[in-house]
Amino acid sequence: MKTIYEKSSPGRPGVQMSSLKISATEEIPSKYLRSEPAGLPEVSEAEVVRHFTALSRMNFSVDTHFYPLGSCTMKYNPKACEAAANLPQLTDVHPLWPQLRGGGMLTQGSLAVLYNTERLLSEATGLDEFTLQPMAGAHGELTGVMIMAAYHKDQGNPDKDHIIIPDSAHGTNPASAQVAGYKVVTIPSDEKGVMDFDLFMEALNEKTAGVMLTSPNTLGVFNPRIKAICDAVHEVDGLMYYDGANFNAIMGRYRPGDMGFDICHLNLHKSFATPHGGGGPGSGPVGVVDKLRPYLPISRVEKTKDGTFSLNYDAPKSIGYIAPFYGNFGMISRAYAYILSLGRDGMLGTSNRAVLNANYLQEKLRPLFNAEYKGRCMHEFVYSGDVLKQYGVHTLDIAKGMIDRGIHPPTVYFPLNVSEAIMVEPTETEDLDTLDRFVEVMEELFELAKTDSDQLHKAPVTTPVGRLDEVKAARDMRLTVE
Amino acid sequence: MKKTPFCPTSEQDQQKMFETLGISDYDELFEAIPDDLKLGELNIPEGLSEMEMMQHIRKIAAKNSTDLVNFCGAGFYDHYIPAAVNALSSRGEFYTAYTPYQPEASQGTLQAAFEYQTAICRLTGMEVANASLFDGGTALIEGIMMALRQTRRNKVLVDEGVNPIYREMLRCYTQNLSVDYEEVKLSPTGIAHRKAYREVLDDSVGAVVLQNPNFFGCLDNLTELIDEIHEVKALAILSVYPMALSHIETPGAMGADIVTGEGQSLGLPLNFGGPYLGFMATRKKLVRKMPGRIVGETEDNQGRRGYVLTLQAREQHIRREKATSNICSNVQLCALRAIIYLSLIGREGFREVGRDCMDRASYAWHKLTKIDGVEPAFNRRFFNEFAVRLPKDAAEVVSALVDQGIAAGFPVGRYYPEMDNVLLLSFTEKRTKEEIDIMVAKLESALKA
Repeated sequence: MKTIYEKSSPGRPGVQMSSLKISATEEIPSKYLRSEPAGLPEVSEAEVVRHFTALSRMNFSVDTHFYPLGSCTMKYNPKACEAAANLPQLTDVHPLWPQLRGGGMLTQGSLAVLYNTERLLSEATGLDEFTLQPMAGAHGELTGVMIMAAYHKDQGNPDKDHIIIPDSAHGTNPASAQVAGYKVVTIPSDEKGVMDFDLFMEALNEKTAGVMLTSPNTLGVFNPRIKAICDAVHEVDGLMYYDGANFNAIMGRYRPGDMGFDICHLNLHKSFATPHGGGGPGSGPVGVVDKLRPYLPISRVEKTKDGTFSLNYDAPKSIGYIAPFYGNFGMISRAYAYILSLGRDGMLGTSNRAVLNANYLQEKLRPLFNAEYKGRCMHEFVYSGDVLKQYGVHTLDIAKGMIDRGIHPPTVYFPLNVSEAIMVEPTETEDLDTLDRFVEVMEELFELAKTDSDQLHKAPVTTPVGRLDEVKAARDMRLTVE
Repeated sequence: MKKTPFCPTSEQDQQKMFETLGISDYDELFEAIPDDLKLGELNIPEGLSEMEMMQHIRKIAAKNSTDLVNFCGAGFYDHYIPAAVNALSSRGEFYTAYTPYQPEASQGTLQAAFEYQTAICRLTGMEVANASLFDGGTALIEGIMMALRQTRRNKVLVDEGVNPIYREMLRCYTQNLSVDYEEVKLSPTGIAHRKAYREVLDDSVGAVVLQNPNFFGCLDNLTELIDEIHEVKALAILSVYPMALSHIETPGAMGADIVTGEGQSLGLPLNFGGPYLGFMATRKKLVRKMPGRIVGETEDNQGRRGYVLTLQAREQHIRREKATSNICSNVQLCALRAIIYLSLIGREGFREVGRDCMDRASYAWHKLTKIDGVEPAFNRRFFNEFAVRLPKDAAEVVSALVDQGIAAGFPVGRYYPEMDNVLLLSFTEKRTKEEIDIMVAKLESALKA
């Protein structure tokens, strides 16, 4: 399809923007001015609407397709949460108004949303305090690790120099630890898929600043020795970091705080149903135990005795400003609407059904993948596509074949410690018919692998483009319209 | 069986699935987990129906004041958003999609990101742009880290004219990343202090961060200063306000190496601080050092044009602890809003909106500086924002006007303690002549009070 620039024609007007003219009193000298107007498109409003509508139709999305993308929790994003967050009284508020003297009273509604959401997340995770400022999961991780560093520094423990991370972790874990100045010690998984306990105990020492764990992990396995790990880490005054990417599996049933974790981030765009937006904006609030409260980012929302809300900027031990303001408010308000809708029973009901759906699919697909029973999974599971190699078919081919059958493929080639990995997370918002259809499609694709693998190698054929040449993209580096 | 909102599993379905799994209740699914970890009951209210939830949120939202006439900007601006921006970006096909890791099923997102990258390059006069970062502040930090990686140096000079909110963020991050951070004082005329830079620029400096127009709205042509930065082989990072690029000289033409900024003005609501849009552009030779997702053009197996995420070997999901940044997501939906906005208003509309902002600011500047005791804080050129020195504490004056329904600007004393009397005012196309006249009149009487 043509780009919007290729649809442009000189002099064609777009939306009428110019309002009533106020004559300027003087002109800016030319040395400050650009010589040519920026080369933006010249297209009518109707053409812009058609262009982006046409583009939208080239996407798979939760609203249009089943999207069992492992590790991403592509649940349905309720329209009411969108409507709530899009109320103009919430969207049209300048973030600096609370900083004007007497301005706090102008934004009591927004501050209440922040305060109430923090309280709800604290209760849901069993942690004492939350900051909503991190703007994505990885940003939350960085914030958490910076809090860890501030704590150790304040405790007079500057020798802590590394963070222990299992090999099944999301790539953001080691990257965040490294960005915050820590060395990363990677521990392999054992045959059950959880961090090898003996190797972990060998690696743990006085210089361990902390451990970053996802539980259930990216293989969908809950580490049964979680308490023992927490105790051992606390023994050396290390801190336990809970990567809440997979919180959807345990919401309402278990809490990171009760397990012994000290820091946790949540992905509101996963467990709390805020939309993924094609790759953001996300939101990655961070919760901490009481002893880490002084290090939370500035500012903090507080409730005063008369019930009004205010912002506190006085925190001498804080890590400082990790965001310009209070986080991705528009995502927080969506999550707030979602939590209010779920309530306490809904939280448990959600994780129950997410785990049920995943186990159902794991069971139904087991024969195809020739996988031995390793126990129940949590909200997602991983199979290896190695069984298909004998037909010259790879996990990628299955993924592409799935696109032709109207299903977004599961996550493939992640986690890295499983060969030809295929990772399925159905979420709780799918019905049994959808799950059964997924199984049928998978069976059909496996049959095709045996009988007509060439068809799979050519897939997808129903999409606007077929398989794309990624090597050419990296080599040519055509990164803009010329 | 209790119903769970948004979950379609019926009693009958549940039974069938339990049978398949050979279980009789949910607890059996969690048998591997020690019993003592199981929670009692959460202290969270019972769920609300959709109607009750909406009533609750409406009631809370009503406690905000949104009928304020706003002259407060300070990097975050109250521009008009054409209706088609909301209509298009709220299509489920866009906002309920994930990161385009399966390109054949994501050409809409990918082509829009490619068109966005193009727009950012054309606004800034740079060669390549990424598909967006969290916000203008984190984009600036990523820009610094990128420059220090490239120059293999550890020191960054940051101009005092850079938004103080971003400088707070830079201090937070650089402190944690053991970067040598130093600020350079403004010149008395409110722009980058040439002489001060000459004193501190040496071959230990890896990056210099400037902003144009700067926090006080002052315009500058930084070409010669950037030449001097290049003489010590440091990189020049320029933070910009995209709306100003409708008229002002581009960072590319001034020789900047890395350009970042806050794209909120391009079709995003103020939303109490986010989600916003961090943009970043650079020169082609630095692209492999740039963080964040990048979309590239390529061909499919039949030679048709298509788009993919490219140069992924820089990123955390491949490189893990050796990645250029820990960043995973971008803010694709915000970038989408920006490209829709820019397409809708187009080449001429963008000039017109910029012109309207400048004219309003210019009109107000002349009215305000005629008031007895009100002086321009800096005798310089500005785009849509300028600072004036009042004969009184600016925070008090603003407070008096807030009570009359006007946010008269941002008192900068909060971040510049020696400037308690300085007020920063911004003007967008949304402000009418009448609103400006009323604000000026009320400010004048507040000064007399």
